[in-house]
Amino acid sequence: MRKVLVILSVLALVGIAGFGQTKTVNVMHGWPGEQAPAFEKIVAAFEAANPDIDVVVEIVGRDRPAVLATRLAAGNPPDLTPHPWVGTMRQWADAGQIVDLTGLVDTSDINPALVPIGEYNDGLYGLFIFPNVKSLVWYSPKEFAANGYEIPNTWYELQALSEQILADGGVPWSIGIESGAASGWPGTDWIEDIVLRTSGADVYDKWVNHEIAWTDPRIKLAFETFGNMFDDGYVLGGPLGALTTNFGDAADALFLDPPAATFHHQATFIQGFFNDHIEGLVAGEDYAIFPLPTITPKATPDGSIPLLVSGDVVTVFNNRPEVIAFAQFLTSETAANIWSEELGELSAYVDADPASFANPITRQAQEMLLSATVSRFDGSDLMPGEIGAGAFWSGVLDYISGINLDTVLEVIEAAAQDAY
Amino acid sequence: MIQSRRWEAWLFVGPALLLILFFLAYPAIATIIRSFFGRGTSLLGPNVEFVGLKNWRFVFTNDAMLVALRNNALWAGVGTTCCIGFGLLLAVLLDRVRYERLIKSIIFVPTAISGVGVGIIWKFMFAYRPAHLEQIGVLNAIVVAFGGEPVGWLIARPWINNFALIAVGIWMFTGFCMVILSAAYKNIPRPLFEAARIDGANERHVFRHIVLPLLWPAIAVVTTTVLVMILKIFDVIYVMTNGNFGTEVIANRMYKEMFIFNNFGRSGAIATVLFVLIIPFMVLNIRRFVAQEGGR
Repeated sequence: MRKVLVILSVLALVGIAGFGQTKTVNVMHGWPGEQAPAFEKIVAAFEAANPDIDVVVEIVGRDRPAVLATRLAAGNPPDLTPHPWVGTMRQWADAGQIVDLTGLVDTSDINPALVPIGEYNDGLYGLFIFPNVKSLVWYSPKEFAANGYEIPNTWYELQALSEQILADGGVPWSIGIESGAASGWPGTDWIEDIVLRTSGADVYDKWVNHEIAWTDPRIKLAFETFGNMFDDGYVLGGPLGALTTNFGDAADALFLDPPAATFHHQATFIQGFFNDHIEGLVAGEDYAIFPLPTITPKATPDGSIPLLVSGDVVTVFNNRPEVIAFAQFLTSETAANIWSEELGELSAYVDADPASFANPITRQAQEMLLSATVSRFDGSDLMPGEIGAGAFWSGVLDYISGINLDTVLEVIEAAAQDAY
Repeated sequence: MIQSRRWEAWLFVGPALLLILFFLAYPAIATIIRSFFGRGTSLLGPNVEFVGLKNWRFVFTNDAMLVALRNNALWAGVGTTCCIGFGLLLAVLLDRVRYERLIKSIIFVPTAISGVGVGIIWKFMFAYRPAHLEQIGVLNAIVVAFGGEPVGWLIARPWINNFALIAVGIWMFTGFCMVILSAAYKNIPRPLFEAARIDGANERHVFRHIVLPLLWPAIAVVTTTVLVMILKIFDVIYVMTNGNFGTEVIANRMYKEMFIFNNFGRSGAIATVLFVLIIPFMVLNIRRFVAQEGGR
């Protein structure tokens, strides 16, 4: 109560001092779900510290690329937006539509491993402050205990365990790549994780920058490794099941009675989905994670597990002091703590302490993020939209639906030659 | 006298003319100009270059575009024929049914549903779920009830998914065809039928030699209208498959190029192709309309 009074009196003082001087920051984000109230708390903390600034939040949960493209064309984009489209962000930078934050925003509070994601052409166009770890395999510790399964440390062990699950009458994987107009993206995550594990980060970077062709044998190998899971009967419902299952529903199969599948590959955010669908699941007891194991240990210099990360970067469209102030605040420990405490999401704060996280899953994922020697950002988000939100998505769908792999890769390659 | 009143005519036509120039002519011309430039949002922005016919070459050589052009032809051919055929059949047959108004109303309802709504409804109708789950799609529930394997209606290419989508289009537009054709059918003077029957004509003769010729103007108008609606089909595809699995159509590709890929130039070229494809049908329609009005 006293706090409220203090805030009120401060507000009153400021109100008198700067009558009608309230400045506005327009923020657009695409989190209609549980992230919205968490973001609102960050906004409230910022407004409490900066009573003369009013942050107006606009939520565009669907078709946000279209809304942003229209607003940009019309010359009234939001002041600031968190988004995952780093490739598109580079196109905005090329077109001079976004603000180079070099020298405007101090990035010393952000985990240094995450900062380079927002850099482009000697400029800083995005602040990577909402990270997600993608290379996770979800499973049920109870099912593991009941069947005597052990967490596989290598791809070979994973294959062996998959065979055992089949022999026990189960199905190893539940995969869902339907996602409305964005269908295909969960499949691209698979390919990216496999490229990192079979050919390493150098090849991955070249592939993402289109310095090697899509028809390169190393990329083909990654697609085949993914396709083999379907051929070997490891996927619940086969190709048709994966193509028609929504990404948000796929993990539910692990928690049916009896479980319809044992593993699910998805980023940290998926726990929000299955906890919504199935009540009473306890993190660490009913569900847990392990990193997708290495395939070729020599793909990383030290044989460690490479990590695929994604998430939202904050891009600024209008260079005004109050907008920059809000962007700066988003990088702060306060903002990072609200985000991870409210959502069980990872923290981008430089000195984030995993031990302080209540959720064991978040703790483990945060430790992976901090300890990974090789980590790469989601490649499809780095590629130009024609590929990363176009030919790559449809290519994965085509491949799973049974189109010849060489044809699929040639089609993506043709689109890539045109797009880069 | 008439001469001196000419300014009055301009006064009446002027506002409409200005609106048409601003909201139709200007965007159309701007789109055509845009189709000769590269990516980027605004022609005034930096790095927007003149690319000549590059976007146009893309429209007629790119694999995805060729699939879209093929599918639009399929939609136009099969979709329009079925809409007109069913519409005509319903118009003629329902004329003899007691609950004609009720049945016609029911068949007309889909016309009033938004395309996105139709897409969502039919996505559920066609829904496929793997064997470990209960089928929630009506069609697959029926298939399974008769002991069959569930079908991936929207995924099996090239024919099952495209015809499944076209069937949705037919469901959408048949009601419209039926209503117009039914009104035209009821306008045919009944004594003509009686006279024909007295002269020994059977049902088929009446339909072939009296109904069809007299309905012809209405059929022409409905055909061109439905063709235009079908050529620019977008929302159903966007909602149901987003053009994946070989179901792409021109309008959906146009949307993708503009809003997802930020390639306004290429999108402009695709839009212009669609525009040019539709013009002949519009001209036919207007001519027909003018001829009818002139006859009054």
